[in-house]
Amino acid sequence: MSESTPRIGQQSDLTLEQARERLTRARGRRYWRSLEQLATSDGFQSMLEREMPRQAAAVADWDPIDRREFMRLMGASLALAGLTACTKQPEEKIVPYVKAPEDVIPGKPLFYATSFVHGGFAYGVLAESHMGRPTKIEGNPEHPASLGGTNAFAQASVLQLYDPDRSQAHMYLGRQGTWDQFARQLEIEMVPLQLSQGAGLHILTETVTSPTLAAQILALLERFPKAKWHQYEPVNRDNALAGAELAFGDTAATRHHFDKAAVILSLDADFLGRGPGHVRYARDFAARHSPLAAEGMSRLYAVESSPSITGGQADHKLSVRASRVEHIARAIARGLGIDAAPGETGGHEAWIEAAVRDLKQHRGAALVVAGDNQPPVVHALAHAMNDALDAFGKTVELIAPVEAVPAKQFASIKELSDDMASGSVNLLVILGGNPVYTAPADCNFAEGLKNVKLAVHQSLYRDETSRLCHWHIAATHYLEEWSDARAFDGTASIVQPLIEPLYGGRSAHEVMSALLGRAGRKGLELVQDTWRERSGAGDGFEKEWRRWLHDGFVPGTASPARKLKVKRGFASEAPAARALTPNDLELMFQPDPGTWDGRYANNGWLQEMPRPMTQIVWDNAVLMAPQTAAYRRLRNGFVVELQFAGRTVNAPVFIHPGHPEDSATVFMGGGRTHAGRTGNGAGFNAFAIRTSDQPWIALGAARDTGATRDVVTTQEHHQLSEPHHERIYRAATLAEFKANPDFIKKYDEFGQTPPSIYPGFDYSKGNQWGMVVNLNACIGCNACVVACQSENNIPVVGKDQVKRGREMHWIRVDRYFVGDPMNPEVALQPVACMHCENAPCEAVCPVAATVHSREGLNQMVYNRCVGTRYCSNNCPYKVRRFNFYKFADHTTPSLKLQRNPDVTVRARGVMEKCTFCVQRISEARIEAKKKGRLVDVRADGLQTACQQACPTKAIVFGDINNPDDDVAKQRALPLNYGMLVELNTRPRLTYLAKVRNPNPELEQPAAAAAHGGHS
Amino acid sequence: MSATAQDPNIGRVEIPDVLDLRHTYDSATDKINGVILTKKTPVPIAVAMGICFLLAGLLFMTIGRLLTMGIGIWGNNQPVAWAFDIINFVWWIGIGHAGTLISAILFLFRQEWRTSINRFAEAMTIFAVMCAGLFPLLHTGRPWLAYWLFPYPNVMQMYPQFRSPLMWDVFAVSTYFTVSALFWYTGLIPDLASLRDRAKNKLTKIIAGVAAMGWRGSARHWQRYDIIYLLLAGISTPLVISVHSIVALDFAVSQLPGWHTTIFPPYFVAGAVFSGFAMVLTLAIPVRALFGFKDFITQKHLDAISKVMLATGLIVVYGYAMEAFIALVYSANPHEEFLMKNRMFGPYAWSYWMLILCNAVIPQLLWFKRIRLHTGIVWVISIFINIGMWLERFVILVTTLHRDFVPSSWGMYKPTIFDFSMFIGTIGFFGLLMCLFIRFVPMIAGFELRELLHKKKSHHH
Repeated sequence: MSESTPRIGQQSDLTLEQARERLTRARGRRYWRSLEQLATSDGFQSMLEREMPRQAAAVADWDPIDRREFMRLMGASLALAGLTACTKQPEEKIVPYVKAPEDVIPGKPLFYATSFVHGGFAYGVLAESHMGRPTKIEGNPEHPASLGGTNAFAQASVLQLYDPDRSQAHMYLGRQGTWDQFARQLEIEMVPLQLSQGAGLHILTETVTSPTLAAQILALLERFPKAKWHQYEPVNRDNALAGAELAFGDTAATRHHFDKAAVILSLDADFLGRGPGHVRYARDFAARHSPLAAEGMSRLYAVESSPSITGGQADHKLSVRASRVEHIARAIARGLGIDAAPGETGGHEAWIEAAVRDLKQHRGAALVVAGDNQPPVVHALAHAMNDALDAFGKTVELIAPVEAVPAKQFASIKELSDDMASGSVNLLVILGGNPVYTAPADCNFAEGLKNVKLAVHQSLYRDETSRLCHWHIAATHYLEEWSDARAFDGTASIVQPLIEPLYGGRSAHEVMSALLGRAGRKGLELVQDTWRERSGAGDGFEKEWRRWLHDGFVPGTASPARKLKVKRGFASEAPAARALTPNDLELMFQPDPGTWDGRYANNGWLQEMPRPMTQIVWDNAVLMAPQTAAYRRLRNGFVVELQFAGRTVNAPVFIHPGHPEDSATVFMGGGRTHAGRTGNGAGFNAFAIRTSDQPWIALGAARDTGATRDVVTTQEHHQLSEPHHERIYRAATLAEFKANPDFIKKYDEFGQTPPSIYPGFDYSKGNQWGMVVNLNACIGCNACVVACQSENNIPVVGKDQVKRGREMHWIRVDRYFVGDPMNPEVALQPVACMHCENAPCEAVCPVAATVHSREGLNQMVYNRCVGTRYCSNNCPYKVRRFNFYKFADHTTPSLKLQRNPDVTVRARGVMEKCTFCVQRISEARIEAKKKGRLVDVRADGLQTACQQACPTKAIVFGDINNPDDDVAKQRALPLNYGMLVELNTRPRLTYLAKVRNPNPELEQPAAAAAHGGHS
Repeated sequence: MSATAQDPNIGRVEIPDVLDLRHTYDSATDKINGVILTKKTPVPIAVAMGICFLLAGLLFMTIGRLLTMGIGIWGNNQPVAWAFDIINFVWWIGIGHAGTLISAILFLFRQEWRTSINRFAEAMTIFAVMCAGLFPLLHTGRPWLAYWLFPYPNVMQMYPQFRSPLMWDVFAVSTYFTVSALFWYTGLIPDLASLRDRAKNKLTKIIAGVAAMGWRGSARHWQRYDIIYLLLAGISTPLVISVHSIVALDFAVSQLPGWHTTIFPPYFVAGAVFSGFAMVLTLAIPVRALFGFKDFITQKHLDAISKVMLATGLIVVYGYAMEAFIALVYSANPHEEFLMKNRMFGPYAWSYWMLILCNAVIPQLLWFKRIRLHTGIVWVISIFINIGMWLERFVILVTTLHRDFVPSSWGMYKPTIFDFSMFIGTIGFFGLLMCLFIRFVPMIAGFELRELLHKKKSHHH
């Protein structure tokens, strides 16, 4: 620390107002001078700490050379009091992805390839940057884990960057500390560790796939052989790891090829919604699970315990409680000739036999997938079944594990907590994660931390863990740091920053480097070191490096394939039969699709995202079957006390048709106490009853407490019945579709464009925008919802407003239950503005605030809108959204940085709705006009935000006048229909009807929906 | 023309004449002006004024909050984007129908029983339209820009969108208000002059004198007065029909099941007259008792009004029946059918059946002459009709909007405290204006009464 840097703890009474007053008296050069005088004056630091903790930390951290930079920043900050748009790109060379102008052109966004890391695994993304501000995340079309698609988490990650509740300074014992202080203290702490070979030094990380971080940790372990490295995150893949060991006697990961599988059996695997490859798998699955797939439509059998989006896509779903999945798996395995002890099939023999026959008939094109919640033996059985079905090398590959050092994470955290309890932990460095909140209840992690001599937590938020650690190091967001990570198939991806750390955070690499005694090293050097060594490119490294940054990944780094033989006899022991007493309730722990394990709890977009399958917002709940709830006399919103192993937690009930009986899905991720202003108090903390020995399936109980809690959803009606059904959602089986490809026509009395007595507008010229949503491809992941929110500056309104029916999402994914209420089929339908050619909204607006463009867009003129809301009443699709209050946050400075500068932030009292991303259309049109032609969506790369985010390419947008355009081609398909066309709205958004592929053996064509049984 | 004298059913029930013929010109004028030309405010009026003043305060507090916070303070949502705001608007406009109908149409038809109640009913109309007008203005998201609904030349080069019925509403309601106010004021002038002449208090003399615009009662004045009054009556008459027809078009022009129906305009007009007359009764019965005006507003009036209510009520019931018939049988439109079933048996079924009770069942009591002549019962029935007509608009608005085409977007509507405070506030505001009117303006057209007295007496002799 330099001498000129003010010290912490100086007492003075300088206030922000005084400081500002001193500055307002100065102008121009004098302004800077007086700022400098001010900065060196007494009490300045304490004033800063009080008023602007972020800058205070920055001042203390920077060496004197950086003072000028500080002056520049502080000048604006003090003048405007708070964070301003004064952000800057990182100093290091980063490489733009698509367009490489010589300099930043205002109004022209740049795209940089980087990687979003979730659960340790990389998802290649392109981050859109406006004048140095990342504003939007897109998928990286060239990255194997993305292919251009994203999930909701990646879409929402940009909001986390600007979260005003993020940790803004390093903290030591509850007061601000500096990085230098931290480094010095580490140096001192490391001295005794050198002597003890690191005994008492523990590192706790989440799943690590990052080659750089792994190399750093391994280097540390080499230097301190007695130090320990623990890995833990609550949603881990222990079972898959153990399953591989059980089946092969070796570690292996699986890489599935759903595009090559004709018949898929999911054993409680939510491969579309979870797991490192789910974005890619969704694409592959949707490509083949399509009536138009060249190789024939695939068929998905799903044995499912908790309702998941994968189960929603199943052609045959068997809803059984989680502990029964193993029994079903055994029966199917036996059917496939695998030596396994039988399990109870519980009346599902017909289903099992049909599935077995179907799988057998598709040897070499069949695929069995086991879920991460299922015990190792189910994974091993899946491997054995794949082996028996000749799937290896065809629909599934075995590869070396992607994790740097695979670990059984529950055992790992247990070991750490035991060590902590015994008092043998001297220095604990926790990189990311939030173990105080997420660790299994039997670990008593918070209690154990008290025995640690020095605990360090590097984290984005000063969360539950940080508050109990001595040191809290503010972490960098992935858009602020250099790093690397591997994707589901092992492909290494580079994480490059788009912006200087907003709050002076430090990356995990920098913390590790400090542990290794080199606190000053920057992330870029550390990451480059790793890759310089690995590439072996020598002098050519720089060129290679630039190429990797440009592409977003390092080619040829996928994990090598493994050839392993399935052992025999691992399943010969019969599973313990567990007879349930009437009060038993099997608890099935699942990550929340919005907040995951709680890490996204403070992200408003994810909190307000309707959770796939349930449409719940701002809460996690306990899902139960209607019969299970009825037996316990429970209704939606009744708070029950969940009991397991002597621990309890109170949670609201949410009844879900099709949920297996006698069990309950318990979502993790709620009940945070120090998540931030958004996440605190949302939901309940399921970790309070989750233990390390039964982390996924636990036999507990539920007792009605008599209390209630609102569980709010965006959709209150779930039945799709007459007269609405076929006017809205059309479906057929594959056999019906083949027999009558024009089956959709039977629902339209007057065809798709009913006659009108009025002359129509001539839409035959120019670009005519249209969209087709393929109901076969939509899996209901809601990535489009969040992408739209991010692109179009859509505000978050909060639980209370959603309860009143005032959510603002421009696109929604409607979810209906069709057929048998005990085991209904799920119908998913994304709905955005239909841009009707005869738009009912336009005729009724008294001030012409919503009008039609000659390109067929229904336009909303916010400035002109007075807010009569008649348009919304008259919209049959109810896609219009009204600003009942001033929903947009006009005050929080950091959130302003996130906004898309091309989209108006709407005021109170105006109507809004989907625009087909008119700002993107305009941009493309301007470029096309310069070239003197019409927009060609493919050549000009024009996509709507929802289309771009969709992992399955369910949404296609383009010019319906251009016969070469995908949208025109899809509109010409026999499956294409418009919603409620009998109203003669002539929607520009149309749907491709859903086609299911049921096994004729299980479902007679005439008997709709009544297939499968229930547990 | 005495109904009593020619009634063949003498001995059953006596219906008195429209006027107590024992009155002289002087006594009638004194009695009417006596309410104004005194320093004593009757205690019930003072109390009512106090309560109404507080309620009007509540209205303005609500409006203040509405303007600062946004219409989110109400329960409106998606899909129920219109609720209490438009319900109250239509309800008040409907109430505002009786005045002009009584003054203009009954004037043209030379119905002498209109004379003692027309002034009162017209005032009610004007105040009701004022209350009604508040809602469409304040229900917009940005009321400070509501003037954009008027076609005026502007730098934005934007005109309103003339296809929208909301646009037509602006003209219909503003024209109706203007003509009603003019008509009312014109009718007031001779009475203001006699007030001026009889007042002892200087201030009253000055105010009434200015307001009387130099009326001297000359033959020329009377001649011009008769012409203008007849003309205004002629202009007002189509407005009575048009204003509520256009309000009905707010709904009929949309394409929602339950709104999109051609029967709405006549059905709305009948409903408006129905509710307007009910409100006249609701107000006139207590006022008549309070000021001893039983000799001016006689049982004959109550009987006539009751008969109008019964007739318009039957039209309204026919409307309900046709609505159900069209939706369930005739249209063969499944959305219409669903809507009607949802109205009758859905979550808001209570409102539909309450409406049927209030508007279709209870008014049938008016078939009986005994009941028509029982002031208390008629008053209670009029209250039921007021409630029923409010419920009718609730049913039309809420049950239509809350479940339309796409089940995923269905929702429920729950009014908030501010929905109620706004509604009750307008009732207070209306009541306050009525009280002020009763206290400071001749509430019965004195000169018309004298004319009638003259006619009756000369007929008698």
